[in-house]
Amino acid sequence: MRAEVDRIAEPWGERTPYGPGTPWPVRVDSYLEPGVTDGDVEAWVPTASVLHSNGDAMDVAVAGGRIVGVRGSARDRVNHGRLGPKDLFGWQANRSRDRLTTPLVRRDGRLEPCDWDTALGTIVDRSKDLVETYGPGSIGFYTSGQLFLEEYYTLAVIARAGIGTNHIDGNTRLCTATAAEALKETFGCDGQPASYADVDHADVIALFGHNMAETQPVLWMRVLDRLAGDEPPRLVCVDPRPTRVARHAAVHLAPRAGTNVALLNALLHEIIRMDRIDRAFVDAHTVGFDELAARVADCTPRWAAGICDVPAAAVTEAAEVLGDARRLLSTVLQGVYQSHQATAAAVQVNNLQLIRGMLGRPGCGVLQMNGQPSAQNTRECGADGDLPGFRNWENDAHVADLARVWNVEPTDIPSHTAPTPAMQIFRYAEQGSIRMLWISGTNPAVSLPELERVRGILRRDGLFTVVQDLYLTETARFADVVLPAATWAEKTGTFTNADRTVHLSERAVEPPGDARPDLDIWLEYARWMDFRDKDGRPLVGWHDPESAFEAWQECSRGRPCDYTGLTYDRLRATGGIQWPCTDEKPEGTDRLYTDGVSWAAPDACETYGRDLVTGASVSETEYRALNPHGRAVLKAAEYLPLHEATNDEYPLQLTTGRTLYHFHTRTKTGRSPQLRAAAPDVWVEISAAEARRHQVAEGDLVEVTSPRGSVRGRLRVTGIRDGMVFLPFHYGYWDTPGGAGPGEDGGRAANETTVTDWDPVSKQPLFKTAAARLTLIERGDGAVSPAPTTTASAPVDPAAAPPTTGGPAALARQSTGEPGGERS
Amino acid sequence: MSAVPVVLRALYEGERTMERKLLETAARDAAEHEVHHVAVDLARWSHEHAERLAEAAEPYGLRLPRSAEDPPATDDRGERAARALDDPRPGLSLLNDLRELHLAATGNSLDWEMLAQAAQAEKDTPLLDLATACHPQTLRQMRWTNTMIKTLSPQLLSRAGTPSPDA
Repeated sequence: MRAEVDRIAEPWGERTPYGPGTPWPVRVDSYLEPGVTDGDVEAWVPTASVLHSNGDAMDVAVAGGRIVGVRGSARDRVNHGRLGPKDLFGWQANRSRDRLTTPLVRRDGRLEPCDWDTALGTIVDRSKDLVETYGPGSIGFYTSGQLFLEEYYTLAVIARAGIGTNHIDGNTRLCTATAAEALKETFGCDGQPASYADVDHADVIALFGHNMAETQPVLWMRVLDRLAGDEPPRLVCVDPRPTRVARHAAVHLAPRAGTNVALLNALLHEIIRMDRIDRAFVDAHTVGFDELAARVADCTPRWAAGICDVPAAAVTEAAEVLGDARRLLSTVLQGVYQSHQATAAAVQVNNLQLIRGMLGRPGCGVLQMNGQPSAQNTRECGADGDLPGFRNWENDAHVADLARVWNVEPTDIPSHTAPTPAMQIFRYAEQGSIRMLWISGTNPAVSLPELERVRGILRRDGLFTVVQDLYLTETARFADVVLPAATWAEKTGTFTNADRTVHLSERAVEPPGDARPDLDIWLEYARWMDFRDKDGRPLVGWHDPESAFEAWQECSRGRPCDYTGLTYDRLRATGGIQWPCTDEKPEGTDRLYTDGVSWAAPDACETYGRDLVTGASVSETEYRALNPHGRAVLKAAEYLPLHEATNDEYPLQLTTGRTLYHFHTRTKTGRSPQLRAAAPDVWVEISAAEARRHQVAEGDLVEVTSPRGSVRGRLRVTGIRDGMVFLPFHYGYWDTPGGAGPGEDGGRAANETTVTDWDPVSKQPLFKTAAARLTLIERGDGAVSPAPTTTASAPVDPAAAPPTTGGPAALARQSTGEPGGERS
Repeated sequence: MSAVPVVLRALYEGERTMERKLLETAARDAAEHEVHHVAVDLARWSHEHAERLAEAAEPYGLRLPRSAEDPPATDDRGERAARALDDPRPGLSLLNDLRELHLAATGNSLDWEMLAQAAQAEKDTPLLDLATACHPQTLRQMRWTNTMIKTLSPQLLSRAGTPSPDA
C-alpha cells in the first residue's frame, strides 16, 4: 500500500479486498496540514464527519488551540479507519476567516453588529408579541440536518411545548423525508432496518437512485473492496447518469426521469411471474400481497419499457439478478426521494425485499439512506414533521406519554393535525400567516426549489427572520437577526448516521469570537422566554450537552429509538454504537426486524399511513382492519405521469444532483481549498447525441432555462441518458458579486430552475422533474468545463478535459491496521 | 325497465363536474402547490370514470358524449359567491374550494354505491366490475379533500390567519 495518495485524484484510495462474511480490513486515512507532524499534535479529539450521512468516525488533531488535521478511527464500525475527501479536507472551513463572530441586527435596512443581549432581546420581544397577538401558529422553525441530537431535542421541546407551534421542520425534508415516510408506510414506524455490515455479506446489492460512490464514498469503498475480493456481489444500478456505481453494475437501468414507480412495478411483476417469492415469509410477516400482485399484474417489462425508455430485456435481466439473490441488500437515495412519486417508489423497494423474504439477516435488508449527517436525529427528536421518539400524533396515548415526559398537559402539544412540513411552512410565510421564521444551520436561499420565489418570501416585510449559521450565507443576507453559531469540534454533542450508529463529537477548540453552540443559544432563548412546565418548573430543565442527552434518553425510553443504554462515557470508550441500545442490549442492535416486524401494531405504530398517490391520511379504524397483528404492509401504487412534461419550448428533462467534492450548498466544502479546486464552479451536463442536436460542445458556455429561471455554466458532455440535462445543486452566490442571488452573469444556483412541487406523501420537494431548454451563450474556444473527471461527470471523450487532481496539497496518508470491534 | 340509466347519467354528469371542479381548483389555487398538483392528478380519475360510464351506458341505449377533451366551463360562480365562508382572506376561499370538491365527491360516491347495488340486483357483472374499479378512487378523492381541510384549517382559520393591520 502506498504511503500517500492524492485523494482528489483517487477519491476512494487504495483497495483492501475481502470476501463474503469476513471482516472489512482496516485502512487508516489521515491528513495533517503542511508542516505539521504527528509529534506536533497535542490532542486527538473524537468526532465524526458532518459532510454526509455516512457517519465516518475520526479524530481531529489539535495543536496550539487550532485544528491541524484529521485521522480516521480504526476501531469504528462504520469506516474501519477510512475517510473520504470531504472528511480529509472539509475541516479547514471551520477556521475560515469569514466566520461570523458576532450577532447582527438589521437597522435601516442594513445588518449591523450587536451584542448577544440585543440580538436575543429583539427575538424574544418579537416572539412574545406574535404569540400574544396572532397565537403560536404565527411562529415557525426551520432547522438543519447538520446539528446535534441535543440541539434538535431542545429545539423540539421549545417549539412544540414552549411556543406551542406545529410549524417545525428540518431541511432534512429535502433529503430524508421520503426515507422516513417509506419506512413508516411499510413497517408502521421509522427506523433503518439494515446495517452497513450487510455489505460484507450480500451477494446482490441493488442501488436505486443512489450514487453511493459520491454521496457516501466510504460505504462505496466497502463495496469496492468486496468487488475486488473473492465471490464479489453483483450490482444492480438504477440511475440516468453514468455513475461509478453504474460502471460496476451487472445491470444498469437508466430510466426517464419520473418513472421509478413504473420501473419498480415491472420488477415486482417479473419477480412474481418467475415465482421468486418467499411465501412463508410473506404469509408470516406481511399483509397486502394480493393487492400488490393485482396492482402489478399488467406491469410487464414491455409496458415499463415504453414509459421508462429502457429495454424490456434489461428489466427482465435486472429482475432475474434480484430474483436469484440469496442475500439481497437494496439501497435508495435521492434519485427516488427527490423524484416524482417519491414515497410510492421507495415503498416498492421495501416490497421487493419483503416478497423475497430478504430482511433481518446478514446481507439481507434495505437501507433507505439519508442525505445529511444528523438527519436521523431530526426525525427521532421531533425537530421535523414527527413527534419525538417516533410517537404517533394521531394516537392520544402517544401524545399523553410525551406530555408526561415533558410534564405538560397533552393539550399543550399541538397534535390536532400533522406537523407542518417545510414547504408548507414557507407557503404559510408567503401567504402571511407565519410571521416569524427561525432558520438554523440551513440555507434555503440556495437549497429550496424555485429560488426567485424563495427570495421573495425571505424579503417579505411581514416576515421576521432569524438566521443562525457559521457564515453570512445567501439566506443570512435576508435576515432581520443573524446569530453566529459554533460548529462541530467547537461544541459537544451526539449524532446518528443512516444505519443508526450514534457517535459522540467532542469540543476540541474554541469557537471564533462570540459564536456560540446552537444548544447554548436555544437554552438561553428558553430562559428568556421563561417557558414553564405544568408545575411551574422550567420546561427545559437541562443546561449542557450531557444533561440534554440524558433528557432525550428519558424521552426515548421504550421507544424504537431507545438510547437508554448509551452514555457519553461509553461512546467515548467504544466509538459508534447502533440504537436501540438498552440495558438488555448494551452492545446496540445491528439489524431491526430479525424476528418479525416490531412496531407496526395499531397501538404502537408511528403512523396509520397515507394514500401513496394523494397523501390522504388512512384512518385509525382502517389501519386496525388492515393490519390488526402489526405486520409489514405491502403497499401498492399506480404509476402517474410526471407533472411537468417536456414540450417544444422545454424539450429536455432537467435533473439536479451532487458531486463527490461538495456538500449541500457548499458553505463548508466551498471554503476548503482542495475541495473548492476540485469542483470550482457550476457546470451543465448533456449526452453526446444531445450536444450534436444542440450544436454545442465541451466547454461552451450554455444557459439552461426552465419556466422559472435559468442557470449558466460550461458544458460537459458525458454518458448521461439522451434527453436529459444535469445541474449540480451546490453552487450559490456567496462567493460571487451577486451575494444572495443572480448577478450580471446570470443564475448559478440550479434551484433557479426547479419546480415547486412535492411528494404528497412525504412532502419532500422534487428536484429531478422539471422541463428545460438549453441554449448556447458563447463558444468555449478551448475553455474547459469545471466538472470533475473522476466521477459521474467524467467526459465521454477522456481527452476533452485534463484529469481532476489535487497535487501535493491533496496527498493524504493511508496505512493498514488492526481490525476494530465490528460485529456482523 | 330498470332505473340504471338514470343513475348512469347522473353519475356521468357528476364525474364530469368533479373533473371540471378539480381543474378549476388547480388553476385558482395554483399557488397552493400541493392542492394544485394533486387536483390535476385526481381530475384524471374522474375523466376516466366518465369515459367508462359512457361506454357502459351504450348497452342501455344511452348516448353520453365520449372523449371530451375540455370539460364544460364553470356554472357555479354564483353558488361559490353565496357561500357564507366566502371571505377576502385567500385561505378561506381555498378551504371553500376543498369543501366543494369533497361534497361533489361524496355525491358521486353515493351514486357509485347505488349503481353497484343495482348491478348486483340485476346480476349485471360488467356494471358491477365498473363500480368496483372506480368507486375506490372516488373514496380516495373524498379522503384527500378531507385530509387537506384537516391539515390547513388550523392555520387558515385561527388568529394566525388574520391579516396584519398594515397588510
